[in-house]
Amino acid sequence: MKQGSMTRRTGLIVTAAASVLLLAGCSTPAATSGNSNEAAAGIDKLNIIVPADPGGGWDQTGRAIEKDLQANDLVTSASVVNVGGAGGTNGLAAMKTEKDINTLMVMGYVMVGAVETNNSANRIEDTTPIARLTDEPLVVVVPTDSPYDTIGDLLDDIGETGQAVSITGGSAGGADHILAGMMLKEQGISADKLNYIPYSGGGESLAALLGNKVNAGISGVGEYAEQVKAGKLRALAVSGSDAAPQLPDTETLTDQGIDVVLTNWRGVVAPGSIDAAQAEILTTLMEDLHATDTWQTTLTDNNWADAFMIGNEFADFLTEDIATVKVTLKDIGLL
Amino acid sequence: MDNFINLMNGFSVAMQPMYLLYALGGVFIGTAIGVLPGIGPAMTIALLMPITYSLEPTAAIIVFAGIYYGGMYGGSTTSILLNTPGESASIVTALEGNKMAKAGRGAAALATAALGSFVAGTLATVLLSFLAPFVAEFAIQIGPVEYVALMLVAFLTVGALLGASVLRGLASLALGLFIALIGVDALTGQQRYTFGNPFLADGIDVVLVAVGLFAVGEAMYVASRLRHGPVKVIPVTGGWTTWMKKDDWKRSWKPWLRGTFIGFPIGTIPAGGADVATFLSYAAERRLANGANKKQFGKGAIEGVAGPESANNAAAAGVLVPLLTLGIPTTATAAMMLVAFQRYQIQPGPLLFETQGALVWTLIASLYVGNLMLLILNLPLVGIWVKILQIPRPYLYAGILVFAGLGAFSLNFTPVDVGILLVVGVLGFFMRRYGYPIAPMVVGLILGPIFENQLRRSLAISQGDPTALIASPIAATVYVSLIVIFALSYWMKRRQRVMESERVSEDDAVDERMAR
Repeated sequence: MKQGSMTRRTGLIVTAAASVLLLAGCSTPAATSGNSNEAAAGIDKLNIIVPADPGGGWDQTGRAIEKDLQANDLVTSASVVNVGGAGGTNGLAAMKTEKDINTLMVMGYVMVGAVETNNSANRIEDTTPIARLTDEPLVVVVPTDSPYDTIGDLLDDIGETGQAVSITGGSAGGADHILAGMMLKEQGISADKLNYIPYSGGGESLAALLGNKVNAGISGVGEYAEQVKAGKLRALAVSGSDAAPQLPDTETLTDQGIDVVLTNWRGVVAPGSIDAAQAEILTTLMEDLHATDTWQTTLTDNNWADAFMIGNEFADFLTEDIATVKVTLKDIGLL
Repeated sequence: MDNFINLMNGFSVAMQPMYLLYALGGVFIGTAIGVLPGIGPAMTIALLMPITYSLEPTAAIIVFAGIYYGGMYGGSTTSILLNTPGESASIVTALEGNKMAKAGRGAAALATAALGSFVAGTLATVLLSFLAPFVAEFAIQIGPVEYVALMLVAFLTVGALLGASVLRGLASLALGLFIALIGVDALTGQQRYTFGNPFLADGIDVVLVAVGLFAVGEAMYVASRLRHGPVKVIPVTGGWTTWMKKDDWKRSWKPWLRGTFIGFPIGTIPAGGADVATFLSYAAERRLANGANKKQFGKGAIEGVAGPESANNAAAAGVLVPLLTLGIPTTATAAMMLVAFQRYQIQPGPLLFETQGALVWTLIASLYVGNLMLLILNLPLVGIWVKILQIPRPYLYAGILVFAGLGAFSLNFTPVDVGILLVVGVLGFFMRRYGYPIAPMVVGLILGPIFENQLRRSLAISQGDPTALIASPIAATVYVSLIVIFALSYWMKRRQRVMESERVSEDDAVDERMAR
């Protein structure tokens, strides 16, 4: 009969499916590189939630934390789980029901805005802030043949001609959009003069800039720096408190008399249900991580600026950021 | 000629046994993930990136290039045999490919897909090697306004997919456009039709809908028919000489070339991607076919597999043009490759060919190598894959359902997606039961958001002035040629009718003369 050969064929499909499953399994390598049972902070297994799909900045941060914690035997094992979608608010929902006290979730500035624009029932205030780790300033650019030579020129023209000046950047309500809103407000320009053209990412907005379809663009320094160096775009200002290492010659907004500082920071939070002692343990763990050479190398390799901040300082920073973002989103009409 | 010498230097590196092995590993993984719906090349590269940190840049980039090209090959296999597209770029392949498989011509479909992918992949890589800088300069001129024109062309060609009843076709298209609205609006950040459910905020994945409609819907349909007497067993052809008959070759080579020249330019434009290219190629083949071949469309025409499969591979090469020359990623996979490059302190952009010339040319050389490997890897497998169809129906469809469910789950690792898959599957069943075509729905889902967002961007930039839509020379050219084509085809149809009434027997000859 044909039965035998059929089993073999079904086997083929199963094998194919299994090999793909194996691939999928790569996302959560359970293997531990260290063999010490006694981890420094007394954490056996750390659970890292990345509230985004594999590949983005949060994912890279989460996986870097996982790798460096294990490489330094700071925890016995760590694993990353991706809970993507809705600007990270799906991850916040997962945190609400998280029972494991040894859990950290990667988050950052983007989530602050997403909670508001998505009108999320789960808020960052429901979690326990642990540490801010990295940040990246944004940069305002124009095409090289643009009439604007300074950030002042650009903002003045928006003040005069309003929506005739289009500014592109990442998704609506994201950091790029918020920076545009904050700059206008600081200059006393009404928010309805902002004509913001959102794209899903820095790449597409870059194409619109290079093709002269829009008048200016805002994105992370890393997204536009190479074009600026090649002379295809002109950088008007960066949004950090100091000049960015990739664009050392570009002045900050504050240098040019616009009192706005905004960086796209990333950090970690723990479930809201943990007690002060556990928060202390997790904070110490991040301090230990920050002190390692491997973490410093990771920062350099990825072009991440060190923005380490813990404890009350981070909690206060977060509260202030949430308040500013809320006001700005209201101003630009997204709330 | 400098480029040629650089390319040869690239080959001398890529052909080293060690790198050949990496390329083989890459294309193998790529093919495997292309097969499963849900896990795409972008996610695979993301997941593999931490593992490849230990590799040197050249090796890592060769592996990623292999995964990238391999994913485009693998997607067609399940599309053709199981009606379960692995990637959005393989959805069109399922339209004719699966009909061919059911008619016992699965081997021919798989073979023309593999050969077409090879021909298109290689030709497009040649275009990439020698034209990249010029093409890139032109591609960035395609902005929102030009995109609106292009999408209009795409929507008009959808007419070819509407099926026998235009009304039902349009209903299906409208349903697709509606599903596309679900999620966060890209321009205002507001949620639409999500009912406050955060899992709907990112919209419904097109692969999920395609798999639900094609695979789950069909499994249910077949199940509902099983009690109506025995099912025909699908005949499977023997040795490899019978895979593609002389006629199949004759009907395939032109679509391969046309697919290449449709796919490559579409791949190079920002936000192009491969799926739009496959639709355009399918529509072109359907329009260009004549006589008996035209009647086969919808029932398993080989041109409908050869064209789109070539187009998606050519588009894959096209995507690398803006990535390497401008640092602009136009698809999710390209964005991941950009991250991978950056991880090695290599910044794709205008300076890449100067600062990292050796590496870039090695990458391009490895694309040629990978393409050849994929052909060698995939062609012998055709004979094995088609035998899947001999599995008795109940087992086969049970397998398809498991496979589809697994793929849906692996999209985001949430059970919500499996639920959506089943709902869409039930919808697909009823659409089939009542004679509504499902292809327009998928088209609406893919093209709708692009059209909407680009139209609104155009109008936002022009502050609501609609004349901006025709003010761009590129867009204006597109609209004028559209009008000319329509006028011409109307005139030709009238003449054809007149001639047909005169010389019915020389139908084909006239058609050919008209085509010229």
